[in-house]
Amino acid sequence: MFSAPFTFAALSQHFPILQVVIPLIAAPLAVFIGVTSIAFLLAFAASITSLIISYSMLMQVIDGSVISYHIGGWAPPWGIEYRVDAANAFVLLILSAISTVVLPYAKTSIEREIRASAQTLFYTCYLLCFTGLLGMVITGDAFNVFVFLEISSLSTYVLVALGAERDKRALTAAFNYLIMGTIGATFFVIGLGLLYMMTGTLNMADLANRLPALSDNRTVQTALGFIVVGMGLKLAIYPLHLWLPNAYTYAPSAVTAFLAATATKAAIYVLLRFMFSVFAPDFTAATGALNLIILPFAVIAMFAASIIAVFQADLKKTLAYSSIAQIGYMLLGISYFSHTGITATMIHLFNHAVTKAALFMAVGAIVYQTGTSFIPKLAGLGKQMPWTSAAIVAGGLSLIGIPATAGFISKWVLISGALEKGWWWMAMLIVASSLIAVIYVWQVVETLYLKEPVGDVVVKEAPLSLLIPTWILVIASIYFGLDTELTLSSARAAADALLGTAPLAAGAGS
Amino acid sequence: MIDAFPPAFIFLIVATLLPLIPGGSVRATIMLLVPVASFWLIWNAPTGMDAQFEFFGFTLTLMRVDKLSVIFGLIFSVAAFLSSLYAFKVHDRVQQSATLFYAGSAIGAVFAGDLISLFFFWEGTAIASVFLIWARGTEGAYHTGMRYLIVQIGSGVILIAGVGLLYQQTGSIAFDKMVLESLGTWLIFLAFGIKCAFPLLHNWLQDSYPAATVTGTVVLSAFTTKLAIYALARGFPGTEILIYIGAVMTIFPIFFAEIENDLRRVLAYSLNNQLGFMVVGIGIGTPMALNGTAAHAFAHILYKALLFMSVGAVLHRTGTSKASELGGLYKTMPLTMIFCVVGAASISAFPLFSGFVSKSLILDASATTGHWIVWLVLVFASAGVLSHSGIKIPFFTFFAHDSGKRPKEAPTHMLLAMGLTAFLCVAIGVYPAMLYSLLPFDVEYHPYTASHVISQLQLLFFALLAFGVLMRAGVYPPELRAINLDFDWTYRRLLPKIIGTVSAVASTIWAAIIGFAMRRINNIISGLYRTHGPEGPIAKVWPTGSMVLWIAMLLAATLLVSFIDLM
Repeated sequence: MFSAPFTFAALSQHFPILQVVIPLIAAPLAVFIGVTSIAFLLAFAASITSLIISYSMLMQVIDGSVISYHIGGWAPPWGIEYRVDAANAFVLLILSAISTVVLPYAKTSIEREIRASAQTLFYTCYLLCFTGLLGMVITGDAFNVFVFLEISSLSTYVLVALGAERDKRALTAAFNYLIMGTIGATFFVIGLGLLYMMTGTLNMADLANRLPALSDNRTVQTALGFIVVGMGLKLAIYPLHLWLPNAYTYAPSAVTAFLAATATKAAIYVLLRFMFSVFAPDFTAATGALNLIILPFAVIAMFAASIIAVFQADLKKTLAYSSIAQIGYMLLGISYFSHTGITATMIHLFNHAVTKAALFMAVGAIVYQTGTSFIPKLAGLGKQMPWTSAAIVAGGLSLIGIPATAGFISKWVLISGALEKGWWWMAMLIVASSLIAVIYVWQVVETLYLKEPVGDVVVKEAPLSLLIPTWILVIASIYFGLDTELTLSSARAAADALLGTAPLAAGAGS
Repeated sequence: MIDAFPPAFIFLIVATLLPLIPGGSVRATIMLLVPVASFWLIWNAPTGMDAQFEFFGFTLTLMRVDKLSVIFGLIFSVAAFLSSLYAFKVHDRVQQSATLFYAGSAIGAVFAGDLISLFFFWEGTAIASVFLIWARGTEGAYHTGMRYLIVQIGSGVILIAGVGLLYQQTGSIAFDKMVLESLGTWLIFLAFGIKCAFPLLHNWLQDSYPAATVTGTVVLSAFTTKLAIYALARGFPGTEILIYIGAVMTIFPIFFAEIENDLRRVLAYSLNNQLGFMVVGIGIGTPMALNGTAAHAFAHILYKALLFMSVGAVLHRTGTSKASELGGLYKTMPLTMIFCVVGAASISAFPLFSGFVSKSLILDASATTGHWIVWLVLVFASAGVLSHSGIKIPFFTFFAHDSGKRPKEAPTHMLLAMGLTAFLCVAIGVYPAMLYSLLPFDVEYHPYTASHVISQLQLLFFALLAFGVLMRAGVYPPELRAINLDFDWTYRRLLPKIIGTVSAVASTIWAAIIGFAMRRINNIISGLYRTHGPEGPIAKVWPTGSMVLWIAMLLAATLLVSFIDLM
């Protein structure tokens, strides 16, 4: 390793491991240094580096090739393999891009929400969470997924609990999330254990080679059930979403923005990977009755969660429930079992991350200035915080899926996937559920612009350090509604990679 | 390569930047320049498909330049200019921006060569125009605006659903002639129909136009429905069913217009009736009929704007547009009166006015293709037009009983706008060749033949005669003088009582249905609130136990499903 000249080209061969290791090392460094501003710079530098690495890896693999990185030089399936193809490179890009935009926002935001002595720890936990998410996406080793999942989850519990400074209920939310998250992770690892028992391997590509022979085996099918439910918990599939609303509502604003855009997305990617790469598509089709679980609950989520969102009085909670509904759309794409369906899921992964992060950041800016996200108290803020309110409107439009916003592109692909299967009723359900989004977005718009302020408290516009990151994402959510070159081609390449149109098995150790 | 720059972009760009410019008059002046630039661009645009670009795997065409799109593009530019001039003193940023956005979207839709860009602009007109209604600032206007928005957005949603289905079926998003044979085309047809205010889909029009601001109504009257006419003419020429839809459209608003007291609402009904003529033209679908539709739309935008402008000027000065509260205004608003009469003469299709040279194309087309019943309906409707728009509007506003109001003459910019519009109405009527040269098809047509002129004059003079006889016989004026306090009631007596009874019964039934539906909807909402509201069982979040139960159930279900599948 050290014999190679220390050049960018040589370095770029180690991108897969650097992607994970840089934030991992930065995390404890932040504690040792102990100065908040330096900890921030460290985190921000790590995040930007990750962004550069993930972008250059995506550009390498978007044509369908695969980067396989053997940790410590141990060849898979004995050693741990990091495996980058278009699908996870795209998710890595989403994670690191969101993190890079959220961090500067977080710096200002947490100054008011977290006590000074805990701020360095915030960056540490944030970096660990970031590491965990990147790791569970990049790794080609099933057990490694579990390890990184736990890293990200444990740090997430702390991040949510940090919101206790503003609202004590954050502690209960974090505790609740801890219990449920642990159950989810346990289920996941039970599933892995069953698979290991039957196949003797934990490498995903190797598993994919061995599983078809075992497709009639009930242990393997039980493993699939455990993995789906375990991951379903982490990604908040509809009836297993109960941890999410409170965690998102009471966590510090920056944490909410980051988690909403990344945590569930990484889990969805893992589910996709297991459903389509590990259990090869024909295996999943054999137990294709999974359709009977994911599809109905996705549709229920689209409606029930949206309706709950309509009746919420706290804007953060409205958005949290809307996230659950949006996850419904992503799961719906998975349940199509088609190229267009996966493309829809992947592109919605991106578009929703951008949109939801923008919305949560805008709400965070309101919390920063007014101390509340209680909808009736936001009356008349449209005049007092014009930029923040405009961001909410633009983000809301994208959430609904108005043309010329990113949300429209997702819905369009999702609907064309439904029509491709001849499910025109599904297309109607998608449109109908979007109309519920119109209601909850409109309620907020009405409160912001058409109602008179309650008291005569003068509220100032949020500082630029909050507005600029928010607007970067708002503009992105409009830009990616107009120029779909990057997102759509990446999502298609990702779907190719997952469906094995670009074969995963190449270079695997069997 | 773009040879033809889409004029819509000028509107949209200026509309976006306009609010940043300080100085209301500066903005108003810029607003006048935009339509001029657009007119010039359209006039010089080379025929063919242009401004194409790739979006999302589709080729979008923003400039489909042919004679049909050009004539609509030109008249939309003219209408934008005239209404901006009329609204020169309105310095409200929202209204100014919305006007440009609205006109730009309408022009963009006219030149859209594919259904997806059509959809974008279609929704653009819906969203921009609602601000003209909201700008009135009253509680009523707010609710009307919401209803309007829901209908308009709904039309767009139906449109995109139809486009999606059509694309699945044919693999093409081209916006060309379609045949009503699949669900997709029916949905598109329905979307066009809503915007065109087909019978039973029309209520949004009479609901919203009179609710807008004085200047807003003028703007609204020009674009939305005529865009729908264009879309129908492009997509469904020669579709038989349109003939009958159009014939019904010409008839039924007449009765409502006759009994309506708010003059702006009368105009909204008569707008509906005029659209009927155009729809019939599209339904017939011969070159002459389509020419008639295009020409009538062109003429109609002008005289309808003129009528709305004159009634708007009266509303601006007196604060009311109710027939019962007006009268005798000719003494102090003579110019407005003259312009109103020009508009009335045009809509009634007097020879030498614009309505005559355009409407006779459609009438002739229906006669030459053997649709005699339709022809009769149209002739009857023409007489109706004269009655409610040609006579009622100017008569009750400027003459009739003296209301005692002595408002000032309309402001100069309004007079200028009305004068220009009136001039165009007369110019088209006197020298129709100018308009005919713009029409989509080359058809030799002479409106001023002896038989045309005489039959039209017969119709008009008999209608006038009837009006005169009614006055002499004491049916009209005495009641009018006697009932200042309760004008509505007597006015309705002029109509056959049957219509009154029928409409009373109908409205009772309607109210009952609406009441029932509202109760049901309220029940549903409160039911949803009980289950999904913050206290409802579905929204409960704290109990960890319930979550664990769910996990167990989901796992059980997953296992069950995969095991049973094996057996």
